[in-house]
Amino acid sequence: MQKKRSNDPFWWTLFGAGGTISAFFIPVHVLLFGIAMPLGWISVPDYETLLQLAQHPVTRLYIFALVSLSLFHWAHRFRYTLYDGLMLKHLEHYIFIFCYGSALAGTVITGVLIWTI
Amino acid sequence: METTINLQVLRYIPEKDPDPFYQEYEVPLREEWVILDALNYIKDQIDGTLSYRWSCRMGVCGSCGMMVNEKPILTCETFLEKYMPGPIRIAPLNYFGVIRDLVVETDGFMEKVKRVKPWIIRDKEKAPLEGEYLQTPEELSEYKQYSMCINCMLCYSACPVVGLEPQFIGPAAIALAQRYNYDNRDEGQNQRNDVLLTDDGIFECTLVGECSEVCPKKVDPAGAIQRYKVQGATEWWTSVLLPFGKK
Ligand code: SF4
Ligand code: FES
Repeated sequence: MQKKRSNDPFWWTLFGAGGTISAFFIPVHVLLFGIAMPLGWISVPDYETLLQLAQHPVTRLYIFALVSLSLFHWAHRFRYTLYDGLMLKHLEHYIFIFCYGSALAGTVITGVLIWTI
Repeated sequence: METTINLQVLRYIPEKDPDPFYQEYEVPLREEWVILDALNYIKDQIDGTLSYRWSCRMGVCGSCGMMVNEKPILTCETFLEKYMPGPIRIAPLNYFGVIRDLVVETDGFMEKVKRVKPWIIRDKEKAPLEGEYLQTPEELSEYKQYSMCINCMLCYSACPVVGLEPQFIGPAAIALAQRYNYDNRDEGQNQRNDVLLTDDGIFECTLVGECSEVCPKKVDPAGAIQRYKVQGATEWWTSVLLPFGKK
């Protein structure tokens, strides 16, 4: 008897992509906006410049991917933390919907916000 | 007087007592002795009823794995002195049924190993007269590491997912599947995917990594599983995006 192949590769791809993109880029944001600018190592760009930057299609796409994929990374991790860490595997279906559903909701909200900047 | 070390051995003798219990033994602490020597000393000199498995005494047969102070190790490879001043707690491997004392049930593990078809699969065999399947050293090195497994099952005892999900196919079986998937003579990956890309397969792994920590042969099953996940994801996307190219 052949068992059905799992769809986990899909969630795992989002998880992997989210892990990679956030590991590479979030430190850059922290360094720029969290350390370098407050300490005056580089000059702080004014609001208009940042707004213009954020409205550029490439930036929009970038922020969207960064936020959404990071959320899916969280969802996958948290799903397994609840399963194994808190031994809640019996609530499998609810956890699944809660985790990926939250990431999906976050993605939609991000999309709307970025669209309307 | 000779120095001794205290061993607390988990005993399980189902016909006498339905519950396991710890029994203590004092054994000589000799520099050149490994844990297995101490167990053999108990068996020969103190208590002949103690049951455990061993064979090669040189880290090759994979039969002497036990939990020693809560860690899965090969007892023929681990010196008593490491645990000075004692006591040393010895128990059967985690997550396996116990038959007696330190002897565990291996049927489930053997069945998982067999399920991944650990042999060379060819769509069409060459006729003997056509000669051997030649392989370069580079091609050999693709899978050699995964072929070093001695089926000691330490990685199963170290893996919390095996503990929580007994149906999970587990580290050694996946590494063994990769041993054949990466062999250039083999054409069986699709058949192995049918086993390993299901719910009991590679995606159960949450990358705890303990399997690779405890492996006495440096097989790195965790690495094998991660590489398989990438292959599995590629496979999934291809089957979704190119539905007509695949069965
Ligand atoms: S992968 Fe390593 S720990 Fe696991 S059974 Fe093989 S040799 Fe033992
Ligand atoms: S007795 Fe063979 S591996 Fe230990």
